[in-house]
Amino acid sequence: MSELQLKDLYDGFRDPDVIKALAKSIIDEAKHLKEPLKLMEVCGGHTHTIMKYGLKQLLPDRIDFIHGPGCPVCIMPKERIDHAITLAQMSDTILLTLGDMIRVPGSKSSLAVERANGYDIRALYSPLDALRIARENPDKKVVFFAIGFETTTPMTAALLELVEKQGITNLYFHINHVLVPPAVDAIMADGQAKINAFIGPAHVSVISGAKIYQPLPEKYSTPVVVSGFEPIDVLQSILMIVRQKNEARCEMEIQYSRSVTLEGNTKAQEMIEKFMEPRVHFRWRGIGDIPYSALALKAQYAAYDAEKIFADILPTEPIDDHKLCICGTILKGLAKPNDCQVFGTACTPNTPMGSCMVSSEGACNAYYRYGAIK
Amino acid sequence: MTRPKQIQLSHGGGGEETNSLIHDLFYHHFSNDTLLAAEDAAVLDVKNKIAFTTDSFTVSPIFFNGGNIGKLAIAGTVNDLAMMGAKPLYLSASFIIEEGFTFADLESIVKAMAEELKHSGAKIVCGDTKVVPKGAVDKLFINTSGIGEIEKEGISANHLQEGDVIIVSGDVGRHGAAILMEREGLGISGDLQSDCATLWPAVQALIDANISISAMRDATRGGLSAVLNEWAEQSAVCLEIEESSIPVDEAVQGICELFGFEAFDFANEGTCILAVPQKDVQSALDALHEVEVTKKATIIGQVSRKKEGRVILHSAYGSSRYLDLPKGELLPRIC
Repeated sequence: MSELQLKDLYDGFRDPDVIKALAKSIIDEAKHLKEPLKLMEVCGGHTHTIMKYGLKQLLPDRIDFIHGPGCPVCIMPKERIDHAITLAQMSDTILLTLGDMIRVPGSKSSLAVERANGYDIRALYSPLDALRIARENPDKKVVFFAIGFETTTPMTAALLELVEKQGITNLYFHINHVLVPPAVDAIMADGQAKINAFIGPAHVSVISGAKIYQPLPEKYSTPVVVSGFEPIDVLQSILMIVRQKNEARCEMEIQYSRSVTLEGNTKAQEMIEKFMEPRVHFRWRGIGDIPYSALALKAQYAAYDAEKIFADILPTEPIDDHKLCICGTILKGLAKPNDCQVFGTACTPNTPMGSCMVSSEGACNAYYRYGAIK
Repeated sequence: MTRPKQIQLSHGGGGEETNSLIHDLFYHHFSNDTLLAAEDAAVLDVKNKIAFTTDSFTVSPIFFNGGNIGKLAIAGTVNDLAMMGAKPLYLSASFIIEEGFTFADLESIVKAMAEELKHSGAKIVCGDTKVVPKGAVDKLFINTSGIGEIEKEGISANHLQEGDVIIVSGDVGRHGAAILMEREGLGISGDLQSDCATLWPAVQALIDANISISAMRDATRGGLSAVLNEWAEQSAVCLEIEESSIPVDEAVQGICELFGFEAFDFANEGTCILAVPQKDVQSALDALHEVEVTKKATIIGQVSRKKEGRVILHSAYGSSRYLDLPKGELLPRIC
């Protein structure tokens, strides 16, 4: 990675003068909006940007944010986390997963608690580290609890390809990869969330291409602007949406054009298609079953499929969240974190009742962490 | 007897091998009259009020860019004393070593400790060695305790006053970022080094310049965020910080962007935060700028009463947010 200048990742996208100028343009143009703008940022990364950089404070009240279902940790139902725990508790097993998933409560426990209980549970920085761990532990079953939207799915597919090529026989996959378009469709079809525009996910679109959002403007009369994660990206996207509204346009546009194309990364898409296919049912935490909203390994890769190989021990009953937790309502765009009566009291990042408080991409976590200073 | 290449259980057994390890390695590098007296306890000559501290060091990897566990064990304990306005005088050093640890690595760690002691003039006057079976510890744990003579009283996390100015002695987050890069084998090139260093010379410069110091703390685990939040809570004040004034190394910022971390949450091992009254700000900066490890000291904010117990971060473009205490283990974001 010596060619990569880390500074390039953020430099130029946080210039205070540009941020101020963009905010002013939005304020000026928002005066002409016929109705208040309720923007859904589908992706938790955008929620994080909005809260971390205090962008809402720069914008008029007529522009409000509704947080969407685009956090892969937040949407994981308890029964899937129970799967991970059950697999981790098998003898001679190493369970691998990514990021905050380790802290999300299942029905009775979490992976972090089970790790403290002595089970070998590790959070990876890259899925490809699983290869090394499997090779170094030939006498153990290594289970990769794979999570994430379209963004991380190619890494799982690439890992599978290497496992196959290298003839590794002790690495199993528990696939929990989910898809953005069916989730957005489910929320819009429900009709309760009053959303009149979308900020489209950034990294998801790099892989899938912006084409996956093309049906939305026509289907729901909602503009979509695919946006990068920097504060300037988000503000520019909001300005583009305000302009569409004022010009009575309703289109899919790409703000994040430095990384996103209409077609996306076709090589990554092919690799995913080689190994995975949509699964008929997948239950989203708090939202319920959204058909064809997640992926599973194809039948010919059953030898790697932890859900099939260890099916006998995996629980199958759906498990609902705590009655007081409104994560589901938040993920459906019907409530904000501080509408929840346990927000910041019984539910905090140290004692999370719901997944939205656990994940650094969760709306509750962002609200709790960065607060709203009046 | 030829020296073995690895530490064996017998080196902790109390017999000839232990004796040889203590004399040939520890006494050799930490040599001073009190230690060489080899009594059951060190007899110390202290005239004034003393500060006393202890810390255990379990870093992984034990060798990292900018230091090793030994340098860290000395700098960490010496800095804890210095932050209380105490001149570090006497340290203990206790080693818990995993069977099989290489003698060469142990020696280079001990040498680094001896080298780091020179920056404060403190001495190791007592110690202990245990060797435990393979797997009982992760390579090597070191505990250091320290005693320092108070040269400036009244420095306390409870003493921040409205109007005090907050200074940071250097850029933040380098130790945490350097350790993360090495631990996870992230493969990011560059010369990112831990800030691991002894801060006593800087504190001495402040004392010599007769600066009033309301509070001073090295921003170790939990980083800048933890220190500022602890101060806001303990002194029941609001700390208002200008985000753009906080120095962060480009490589550290890059790692944070890549993995979704906050540089303010990363540990430092040679960077401290000070709260000083407005009247002393310039003299404090002048004193700090004279010392190598604090030559980039800069003002980052001030104490107010706006929101007691909270830290507010102001952006350069007019918004603000809370800077909260880091929570849980540092885990990278997923997408």
